[in-house]
Amino acid sequence: MRTSELLGVAFEALRANRTRSLLTMLGVIIGVWAVVVLVAIGGGARDMVEGEIEGLGSNIIFVVPGEFGLDSGGPTVSRLDLEDTRELRRIAGEDAVTAGLNSSEVVRAGSREVFASLLGADENVANVYVRPLARGRHLTEIDVETRRRVAVLGSQAAERLFGEVDPLGRQVTIGGGRFRVVGVFEEVGQTFGQSRDNEVQVPLTTAQRMLGVTRVDYMAVRAADADAVEPLQARLVAALESRHQGERYSAVTQTQLLGTIGTVLGALTGVLAAIAAISLLVGGVGVSNIMLVSVRERTREIGLRKAVGARQRDVLAQFLVEAVLLTSTGGVLGIALGVGTALAIAALSPVPAVIAWWSPVLAFTVSAAVGVFFGVMPARRAGRLDPVVALRSD
Amino acid sequence: MSAPALEAVDVTRAYEMEGVRVQALKGVSLTIGQGEYAAILGPSGSGKSTLMHLLGALDRPSTGVLRVGGRDVASLDDSALAELRNEHIGFVFQSFHLLARTTAVDNVGMPLMYRGVPRAERRARAVAALERVGLGHRLGHRPNQMSGGEQQRVAIARALVGEPQLVLADEPTGNLDTRTGEEVMDLLERLNAEQGVAVVLVTHEPDVAERARRQIYIRDGLIERDTAA
Repeated sequence: MRTSELLGVAFEALRANRTRSLLTMLGVIIGVWAVVVLVAIGGGARDMVEGEIEGLGSNIIFVVPGEFGLDSGGPTVSRLDLEDTRELRRIAGEDAVTAGLNSSEVVRAGSREVFASLLGADENVANVYVRPLARGRHLTEIDVETRRRVAVLGSQAAERLFGEVDPLGRQVTIGGGRFRVVGVFEEVGQTFGQSRDNEVQVPLTTAQRMLGVTRVDYMAVRAADADAVEPLQARLVAALESRHQGERYSAVTQTQLLGTIGTVLGALTGVLAAIAAISLLVGGVGVSNIMLVSVRERTREIGLRKAVGARQRDVLAQFLVEAVLLTSTGGVLGIALGVGTALAIAALSPVPAVIAWWSPVLAFTVSAAVGVFFGVMPARRAGRLDPVVALRSD
Repeated sequence: MSAPALEAVDVTRAYEMEGVRVQALKGVSLTIGQGEYAAILGPSGSGKSTLMHLLGALDRPSTGVLRVGGRDVASLDDSALAELRNEHIGFVFQSFHLLARTTAVDNVGMPLMYRGVPRAERRARAVAALERVGLGHRLGHRPNQMSGGEQQRVAIARALVGEPQLVLADEPTGNLDTRTGEEVMDLLERLNAEQGVAVVLVTHEPDVAERARRQIYIRDGLIERDTAA
């Protein structure tokens, strides 16, 4: 028998039992739907994180004290200081290194106040990171050298403190000291779920005095190009470790950061998708079960088909095609639902959905394979029926 | 004349039923010639159903030789047996055995599907077969839209569509009232006379059997009387 004939016969049989066919498909639909959605959201989350990190600028190396990794233990107290910054500048270039000191402070303007993340930064911050300004200027070398009390506000901090009023030239109070606003950043969004628009940058030296410290928390170094990254990493770490005997330092690239985050997200997505795939298997068992019922119900039909000349393989093919049509139709519906859900989630939440081309293809292939796997046993049973016995049954 | 449509030589058939050996046929020899019209009669349990299954190549004898369309069924595997049925035998059953939710044309065309006949030709031949049984106006009807007599005529058209040598009719009037039953018998007789297809009726009704030119009486797994002998 031709495949098109088999498909036609199978389609008619499934249509004859519409409700049952749909309910049988449901297991497969739910399984495929869950897998497609989870893979899309997992991929989207990864892309989002990668996009955020890449949004910082390209070829950036983060230099931090201690070992970097998922099992690095607790945070390390920084032994980095401005001497180290000068040393790294000699290696990587004067304007390619920026140092940072982090704190959280209440920032006031008149009666309004925000709890902002304070970043002590230097004049190179705008050279290393991509951080466009909406108004005013970045921090300058003079600001840092003379410990000026000036601040550049993130867009959200500016909005909350000043509303519609232009903040340039106005005063804010940080940690008891008065600062003049010299710039406002453009909106940049979040990194790792934290809004960078709530950041307030002040000169690093000013921040150090305010907090009573001489350390810097980290340095960010921009390499000239991608090829320069790896050798530079090694030189930066070597330089720091020779200055501070017995201490460990790490120079981490975005790629490494991405790799770590990607590993975590990938594992998470994998586990969830595996759980979803189990429901696909359960759906397959349901298909097997219904096909057995169907073979029993249609014993007389099978007997008749055999009497008029259907061979064992014709009957087997008929029931197998029916099972595969059932699961692959379920697969297509599941894919459609899954893509729809992923797009809806993407539209309604900050997590983008990434529907990789392979995900629907794989889902379809797997659901068809489930049909073959779980359809074979009932189909063989149908094929082997003795026509004499089958014709006699009622 | 070419080889007989059916030829049985000392055929036996035994079953294992729950560990008990049942000898349904104890040695039956008979020949059905081309274009013959015969009836096999016998009470229930006489072995006539077993004989019908054997004559229809649905089953193989335990011992003896059975030739359908000149071919020894013992030498054929299941697939070859299916092809033999498809080519040489048309079945008509007491309960019609039509596929529900399937039109008369598709029911009739089904045997041709297993012969690999393309759809268009299948349809044309099914329509012709339905016209021969007087159902040219019921082509698109489904079994539940037709009377019992019409359904049995669809089944007869299905039996004829493959142009077999022999039609095996198992109690063809058993589910019909007397008048429709007679119409179906008239039709079978006409097809036998006009087209030369051999017809073997299996029945327990003497009235029906008497219309055939030859009667074969079966009792306890043996031929009791054969009017042709």
